[in-house]
Amino acid sequence: MRAVIPVENNDTLAAVRGFLRQLLEEQVVDVLLVPMEISAGGRRSGVIPALVADPDLLSAANPLAPVMGMNAAHVAGRVSIREPRGRVGAVLRSCELRALVELVKLQQVSLDDLVTIGIDCLGTYDVPVYGAIQDDGDLDVAALLATAHSGDLAPQEGYAFRDACQMCEKPHVEGADITLELLGADMTAGVPVTLPDEVAEKLGLVSEGEDGRRADPSASLRAGVVEKVVSARTQVRDARFAEIRGRLQEEGIEEVFAVCARCYNCMSVCPICYCKQCLLKSHVFDHEPIQYVNWARRKGAYRLPPNAMIFHLIRLNHMALSCVGCGMCTSDCPAELPVGLVFRATGARVQEAFDYVPGRSVEEPLPLITFREDEWEGVAE
Amino acid sequence: MTSNFEPRIIALLCNWCTYTAADTAGISRLQYPPNADIIRVMCSGSVDPTYVLKPLLGGVDGILIGGCHPGDCHYQSGNYKARRRIVALKEILKSVGFDEERIWLRWISGSEAGYFAEVVTQMTEFLKEKGPNPTRQKWTV
Repeated sequence: MRAVIPVENNDTLAAVRGFLRQLLEEQVVDVLLVPMEISAGGRRSGVIPALVADPDLLSAANPLAPVMGMNAAHVAGRVSIREPRGRVGAVLRSCELRALVELVKLQQVSLDDLVTIGIDCLGTYDVPVYGAIQDDGDLDVAALLATAHSGDLAPQEGYAFRDACQMCEKPHVEGADITLELLGADMTAGVPVTLPDEVAEKLGLVSEGEDGRRADPSASLRAGVVEKVVSARTQVRDARFAEIRGRLQEEGIEEVFAVCARCYNCMSVCPICYCKQCLLKSHVFDHEPIQYVNWARRKGAYRLPPNAMIFHLIRLNHMALSCVGCGMCTSDCPAELPVGLVFRATGARVQEAFDYVPGRSVEEPLPLITFREDEWEGVAE
Repeated sequence: MTSNFEPRIIALLCNWCTYTAADTAGISRLQYPPNADIIRVMCSGSVDPTYVLKPLLGGVDGILIGGCHPGDCHYQSGNYKARRRIVALKEILKSVGFDEERIWLRWISGSEAGYFAEVVTQMTEFLKEKGPNPTRQKWTV
């Protein structure tokens, strides 16, 4: 059912916090995995996911903060994967929810006691940029929320969204248990929410329209606004894909990733890379010292640290099909390499080949664990 | 390419079929180019893409993966899974600018010694035509 969380005094964040508080107080869930504001030195406040049990602490919850320091799907497995566990409500933006769906299929997250609370994403900043915005004045929350209403998603003047967000054509949440539908909504009036009837009843929310005062036209607006955002972002995405694909064909991955120091950041922050021990961090590819010398003699020189390209190619093999394009890899690359763009553009090709959309459904099997007998007959003779 | 270029092929062959075919080819004294270094694996489905990537980026000219004909896998479905993995690997390599044609997947049963010799011959000729794998001399890879 679709209801509206009433907003008072134009304080949308307070309304969202109140809604989350109700979820705990009415025992819809035992704990909430939610982005929390945290003092980060000076005037800056950071945002980091935390598992919140005390409703009073939700006064620091901020799912509207446009900053992404990590993909929260990465930690959802920790609190859900086996019993005994609590009933966890996980507040996730759309790319986090899509990553979560992939992790369920990779058997790293369990949905059994997990309530997914999706929230439409209006775009996010890198952590240092979010800090700089606070240093320079402050984030204009009202202006940000207004972009949701119009569908003209844009960063604050003088700043840029994260690279991945600029080309994200899926900022709208699909398939969550509870969805805060920001796109198309006038959030000075209320925040539309889609939720199961029994949860709405517990929280005392009535279907929109039944309550004359809160009848909200945004239900019909959402579809149009989503379409507008998707079409604008798809254009950006396609242009970026064309650019990087051109570079890859012309220069090859070894030039695009030429200065990769193989620091493993992209792997550490990737929600899909779940291995406890990465093959590339093991001793599997270690060689005797003389072997490196021999390679150096043969090639004239030998790149160190070794296996940087193999690292990226193996990682591509492991996660390209499930890449949801959250772009944390790009955000955390110290060399500012277009890691996420390469992975998304490549992932898109492989996903197309298997007609697979990561994050679409937990029912859809991962392409590499299934097969059909009558397919790809030209690949082998 | 220079006529004296001899491509080096790593052949990852299924224990139950293509490896037997290679063995039979030897026993039958079939003549075929000596360019393939054979590594026996238990199933084409056990070929991790890593086994293909490491030699390919190290400068080997071609990788041959030999498995049982569809429907004949000793482990029921290993070859079907191998096929999907190779499709994904080739898409990725193509996408990032590597020559995916250097990877061949072939179904060769234990009794097809002649076909095995033919495939190795074809692949050797194909790679001679193509020339050496550029990664062999590139220090940046």
